[in-house]
Amino acid sequence: MAENILIYGLVASGVYALLAVGFSLIFGVARIANLSHTAFYMLAAYLIYYFATSMGLDLYVSIILAIVIVTVLGTISYRLLIVRVRQHQATTLIVTIAMAVIIQEAVLDRFGGQPQGVPKLISGSREIFGATVLNQQLLTLGVVIVLLVATWAFLMKTKPGVAIRSIAQDREVANLMGIDVPRMEMLTMALSVGLAAIAGALVAPLFVLTPGMWAHPLVMILAVVVLGGLGSLKGSLIGAVILGFAENMVVFLAPSGAFLKTSVALAIMLVVILIKPEGLFGVVFEEERG
Amino acid sequence: MNVLAAYVTRPFKLLRGEILVLPGRTAVLLVCLLLLLFPVISQEPYILRVLILAGIFAIFAASWDLLSGFTGQINFGHALFFGVSAYTAAILNRDLGWAPWATIPLGAIAAVLAGLVVGIPCLRLRGTYLAFATLAFPLILLGVVYANPRGITEGELGIDGIAALSGSRVASYYIVIPSMIVLGFIMWKIANSKIGLIFHAIREDEVTVRASGINTTRYKLLAFCLSGLIAGIAGGLYAHFIKGAGPSTLELLLSFQVIIWAVFGGIATIYGPMAGVMILYPFTEFVLIRYLGGLSEKGPPLSYLAELSQARLLIFACIVLMVLLFMPQGLTTWLRDKTEKVCPRCKLQNVAWRRKCRVCAAELR
Repeated sequence: MAENILIYGLVASGVYALLAVGFSLIFGVARIANLSHTAFYMLAAYLIYYFATSMGLDLYVSIILAIVIVTVLGTISYRLLIVRVRQHQATTLIVTIAMAVIIQEAVLDRFGGQPQGVPKLISGSREIFGATVLNQQLLTLGVVIVLLVATWAFLMKTKPGVAIRSIAQDREVANLMGIDVPRMEMLTMALSVGLAAIAGALVAPLFVLTPGMWAHPLVMILAVVVLGGLGSLKGSLIGAVILGFAENMVVFLAPSGAFLKTSVALAIMLVVILIKPEGLFGVVFEEERG
Repeated sequence: MNVLAAYVTRPFKLLRGEILVLPGRTAVLLVCLLLLLFPVISQEPYILRVLILAGIFAIFAASWDLLSGFTGQINFGHALFFGVSAYTAAILNRDLGWAPWATIPLGAIAAVLAGLVVGIPCLRLRGTYLAFATLAFPLILLGVVYANPRGITEGELGIDGIAALSGSRVASYYIVIPSMIVLGFIMWKIANSKIGLIFHAIREDEVTVRASGINTTRYKLLAFCLSGLIAGIAGGLYAHFIKGAGPSTLELLLSFQVIIWAVFGGIATIYGPMAGVMILYPFTEFVLIRYLGGLSEKGPPLSYLAELSQARLLIFACIVLMVLLFMPQGLTTWLRDKTEKVCPRCKLQNVAWRRKCRVCAAELR
């Protein structure tokens, strides 16, 4: 029991962390709440399924292809759709929801509604302290940690990373300092969608694929970023760990927990923001005036 | 005698002076008349069913607009009000046997209480935090409903077989459509009153409103309650019309759908979201018929929202996307800006092709 909670909790936390960091990144930099974020994650998982199972390509090749295609698609949709409406906040929400629905329907049309599975990248399992762990789960955790560290290093140490952070702090001043703001925002979007696609690639062998699989992670990452504080990467990480474990503890410990896991996770989020309205690590925004 | 004559001529004066002068208002009047007279033209049960549901959702979308469009408190969980009211009405009818005229107002009151439950904690939050926090409420409730398959809400299957709104389809039509018109008019009046002005001001700049000596907290709470009340009426009507209440009334899809309708029509107008529903809802329904070749009238009523067929949703999303790309403010707002101009002196609306204001004769520029 306890080891199951630990393993599944860690995997769920890792996936939520990857998704939430990407979501939080584009929100912090461009103030775009991209509700199609997890739809791209679902699309990546399905593309891997398509390339690997239907076209018979090598699994590694299909994963790389899927990540590249999804990233390009996300960037194109940003360029063609989101940029044109982003000054209207409500319209941006609707446009991204519409994008998510279009992706879902396209997938449903192409692959049907029945659950699908993707072969594991590495098979087998091993015993760690008496608990059986799938090698794929270990791989997922490893990749998540590497990616989170890489994202952190990119944002903190490289020149584009510093540019992105400065835009998040003050768009106008960043523009005055000679930073190409629209280009950097596009780069952020590519990074964000890319992280979502990698998350999709990581869960594809572990979960069953259905066209509706984007809705639950979307709700969870919204809760994670609010819990951790919008625009804070550290907050997203810790929020993901809290909610990932909370969810799995409910599943394993409570009766009919599978139904209640979202309720409990969201209730935790509500309690935290009622005590601390800006989230755990959120920046206290100046009251933004139009 | 003169007094009597004045009462008789007043509606006509209002009609000439306030409604026929603007193409938008004339169009609203014509649509209302058409809807009221529709059963004279056709009594096809399926078309009436679609129009009744469109009417219910129009009330619902307009109530979202009153809260989110005007005060800018974007509510991602508006289905909460709809679902709480639908379940309350259904439970009261099933367990106590109360008639719809009693359960619908009580359901609406339950939705107002839900508005307080959401509103009071969320007053400290603003902007995106508020939107994402409100998302949580209906989903928490949904989880509780699913987890108790034999509880009072009957889990996944929902409550079935409660009393119908009225004996016949046409009678239901004449309950829903007039309530839609009256509630829409009331909301439009509220939006144009002093309260509406304060709501609007809160959206534009809350700090300034507070600095003007207005208790914004009280007004935001008022917006939550008013919106909850009206969404609750819609929820009660829905429960009694489809004779049940299921989890689909609390789902994420419904919360998103209402925002899509409202933004498509044009927010902060009240009539915009109603127009959005009246255009999109029948449109998607009739596309469905063409694709599935005549859907049977019955169908499982509780999964009504869930059974959205795939082609329908895809077309729906594409149309919403295209329209919003070219009219980011929404359909009716775009049309209004094309046909109407605001007088710079007296702030009254005028037809765009007038040279001088219809009241104060100031030059329109």
